[in-house]
Amino acid sequence: MNDDRAILYNLPPVYNRVEKHGAFPDISHDETARFNFLTGLNRHLNRIVEPGVKAIFEKRVRPRFEAQTGRLFTTADEIQEMMMQDSQYQVGSALRRSTIEMIQQATRSVVLRQIDELAEKARYYNNQRPETLKLNPAVEIPCYLSVIDQGCMPGSYYTEYGNDDVTNAANYDAGQFLITDGRLGKLSDGIGRGLVQWLRLNYPTFSPKQILDIGCGSGYQTLPVAMGYPDADIIGVDVSAPMLRYGHARMVALGVDKVTFWQANAEQLPFVDNSFDLVFTTRFLHEIPANSVEAIIQEIYRILKPNGLMLHIDQAGNAEAIPLFDQFVHNWRALTNNELFSLDIPQRNIVKWLHSGGFAERDRLQFGIEVINDFAGKSTPIEAGAERVAPLIQHVFGGWK
Amino acid sequence: MINNITLSGARAKGPRPYSLGDRSLEDALNIIMALAGELAVVRERLDTLERLLEQKGVVLPEEVDQFVPTYDQEKKRQQWQADYIARILRIVQQELEAIQQPTLNNSNMKEILEELGISQEID
Repeated sequence: MNDDRAILYNLPPVYNRVEKHGAFPDISHDETARFNFLTGLNRHLNRIVEPGVKAIFEKRVRPRFEAQTGRLFTTADEIQEMMMQDSQYQVGSALRRSTIEMIQQATRSVVLRQIDELAEKARYYNNQRPETLKLNPAVEIPCYLSVIDQGCMPGSYYTEYGNDDVTNAANYDAGQFLITDGRLGKLSDGIGRGLVQWLRLNYPTFSPKQILDIGCGSGYQTLPVAMGYPDADIIGVDVSAPMLRYGHARMVALGVDKVTFWQANAEQLPFVDNSFDLVFTTRFLHEIPANSVEAIIQEIYRILKPNGLMLHIDQAGNAEAIPLFDQFVHNWRALTNNELFSLDIPQRNIVKWLHSGGFAERDRLQFGIEVINDFAGKSTPIEAGAERVAPLIQHVFGGWK
Repeated sequence: MINNITLSGARAKGPRPYSLGDRSLEDALNIIMALAGELAVVRERLDTLERLLEQKGVVLPEEVDQFVPTYDQEKKRQQWQADYIARILRIVQQELEAIQQPTLNNSNMKEILEELGISQEID
């Protein structure tokens, strides 16, 4: 296939190119093929089916509504109610949910068949450096995490199926490529890389010595930030033991020795006042209800040093500025992904949060970073094509203390 | 010990949105998409085999494309195809049979029991 055709089709790389570290599950030929199908299906939905929803709205649903009522849509719920009656939208929506569930089944069948081997691999790496894995069984799973399985992953991040279990963390790792249709790079760390690139470009003299990643999971974005600031001490906290256990093993397997993985709740961080230069979260706040987000921002302000920097890489809302149709699409995605707390994002008020945390308006930051996708090597035209068509931008907000 | 087969297909906690008006239709869509995936898996495995055979100089790609079955091979192949298609379209065949032979196929359980002289309450 030639270069132009690859760009036209916007093909994702094959799963074989995912970097498999020592703690990674073994994946057979046919499991890889199944992942390739699901990645391609996901990208097809993103590129073909989902943009079609806008056409359905513009060409069919809105004209019908306006003809029937003699007025414009006034709420996103109103749009949803009308869209739900359109057969083309119904099929697209059903396909989206079906794909999410198939991805979970495909990755879970891989990790669950080797559950004991995965625990053994993680133990092997974790025993090499036990001092940087600080688990605390007294940490309780917040009810907002246990009330619904975020992202449709059965058992969510925290469920343990046995001693030293890493099942759902390994499941998450194996599935990152499928869920993001290969846009986060070989180690799914493209957001962290993009953050470092942006900070270096815009604040070249900013040189944090103490860094904290809250809700770090298995440290996908913690590691690239640690490597971007080699002189810094960096800690990742999360409530989920399996994610930390697996993430720590993954770090050791990758030959990185920078990060301490620490089990803690973001609302009560086990750190003294004024102790960090940089605190960040990645795709974390949309899984947290608004009142807890406020508490977390206040907690971050407490532990930040003066002139320290807080950044959140996540969607953020401002209902007045978001068109109704985009609000509807956002809600549709949230419902389809089981992202309960993401539903109120259009109503969330970043400025209010920052002020209640103690941050001043003049110190507020809001910008976009480009995800660095290292699949975009020159090795094959397919990878080059995929990258040129789909650079991924992430929204970031935060402020200086 | 966990049952990895059922646990792999576990339901995620939370309300599941159904988009099609008819839930059974949505079930069918999910089953079809899963089958489409398995077909892609078989296709990729065949592709791997063809590449390996090519690398080792056993079979060249054009030989696969230009392959013409012998009469015996053709019979077996077409028999497999007919069997496969009939299996997939079983429900359509059975619905047709019900239309073509209503007396044999459309009586309800109560009528059959009456015919047999057995009286029993059936909902």
